[in-house]
Amino acid sequence: MLAFSIYDFSTLTKSIHESLLSTFSPGWTMTIEWTIIGLILILFAAIAVLILVYVERKVAAFFQLRLGPNRVGPYGIFQTVADFIKLLMKEHITSKNADKFLFNLAPFIIVTAALLGIGAIPFALGLHVFDINIGLFYLTAVSSVGVLGILIGGWAGNNKYSLIGALRSGAQIVSYELSITLSLLVIVVLVGSLQLSDIIASQENGWWIFKGHISAWIAFVIFMIAGTAETNRGPFDLAEAESELTAGFHTEYSGIKFAMFFLAEYLSLFIITSIGAIVFFGGWMPFHIGSWEAFNNIMDYIPPIVWFFSKVSALIGLIMWFKWTFPRLRIDQLLNLEWKYLLPINLFNLILVSFIVLMGWYF
Amino acid sequence: MNEVAKYFSGIAQGVKTLLTGMKITGYYFSHARTEIITQQYPNNRDTLKMFDRFRGVVEMPHDENNEHACTGCQACEIACPNGSIEILWERVVDPETGKKKKTIDKHVYHFSMCTLCNLCIIACPTDAIKMGQGFEYSVFDRKQLTQVLNNPGSKVRADVKD
Repeated sequence: MLAFSIYDFSTLTKSIHESLLSTFSPGWTMTIEWTIIGLILILFAAIAVLILVYVERKVAAFFQLRLGPNRVGPYGIFQTVADFIKLLMKEHITSKNADKFLFNLAPFIIVTAALLGIGAIPFALGLHVFDINIGLFYLTAVSSVGVLGILIGGWAGNNKYSLIGALRSGAQIVSYELSITLSLLVIVVLVGSLQLSDIIASQENGWWIFKGHISAWIAFVIFMIAGTAETNRGPFDLAEAESELTAGFHTEYSGIKFAMFFLAEYLSLFIITSIGAIVFFGGWMPFHIGSWEAFNNIMDYIPPIVWFFSKVSALIGLIMWFKWTFPRLRIDQLLNLEWKYLLPINLFNLILVSFIVLMGWYF
Repeated sequence: MNEVAKYFSGIAQGVKTLLTGMKITGYYFSHARTEIITQQYPNNRDTLKMFDRFRGVVEMPHDENNEHACTGCQACEIACPNGSIEILWERVVDPETGKKKKTIDKHVYHFSMCTLCNLCIIACPTDAIKMGQGFEYSVFDRKQLTQVLNNPGSKVRADVKD
């Protein structure tokens, strides 16, 4: 009954839609579809985070010449499941002078922000929840809403370490949001559209990292630096800074509320790397070289969803490599890097790419 | 160097050092499971070999005739800064010469006070004691840390001179 193709998911979604319409009224169909999509996204987020935490611990271990988790299940693959069950059963501690309402609100804000971003990501051809014409703008906007949760959580805990962590995080996001947006604008100038499906379709004859040459490379490097800062990961994890601020903004949180911050951190990592993969590496678009028909056809045999997730994994690996190599920056070094280096280079790069587009010097 | 050149050379220098760091950790990452890896200590007990200069608990080697080289001269007891060595000695009459001679009765070693400083081994004139390779010495009672190093019924080897 259900048509299914690994290459084009729109046949599957269309057949689900039609079979629902044949049974229910259009209003109910919409409600059921929204519920299904919501459930799938939440489930996907939970599973993706479980896998990411495991991978992070394993990768960290290899960088430090350790073995990492290897007791729970083969190669320790059930370690994060065990950790999650442990976190579910822990007590919720709210300190006496905390602002109770904001304290409980912060984890939801930060998780909601992360899930909002997941919704707009095209995972494969036809596997895209909503394709709005300002997709890239929307993604950068919601990915920085998370800092609101960090600020509220740091404030509400009534703890000096949390507050310092939250303030640092605020300064960091305000600065690096500029860089991340300007570096994405470089590609937007090349594509001429903010819609994610347009951005992906424009890379059918080659990814922008190759087609856009020098300005795309500069933009990609800046995007990776700013993206790492945006996700509050090392070497930009000043908001947590275990050695200085115990655990930074989530010092006062325990149990499942802490797990929500954890979830949001890894989800935002996934979103940032997805944006990188979509904008610079063509999202689910297979590796195509201009007019080499035979080569392009061979590449098309690998399903788009595999392309998307392998690109995202490669970028996640790169960001993990950063985290376990570089020492943490001081707050003044962090702001220096942004305002004295990344921003001027970015603005110059934007002028450069405008000139390139004007002269048509790209493929 | 003027400011502009300094700015750009700073960027180049920064990128270079970051790439150097990533190269090193990349080497670690790609070789972590094959060549260099942390010891899996409780699992590798059977094959674990400590390095030569490891200073574990003090031991007194005995040969196959249950003979050791300790003459009971107390040099180690004097050398020990913590008083963790206690020599219980006695004078026995040598049946051949008829003279009284100092021999060792018990070489008492308090591991609980020992800092493994190696001074007793340096002080020993006959190399009767050495630093062992053992290190798993957690016990439930402090008394168990006090050991007698010479085996019961053991003697000094005949060729060992005072």
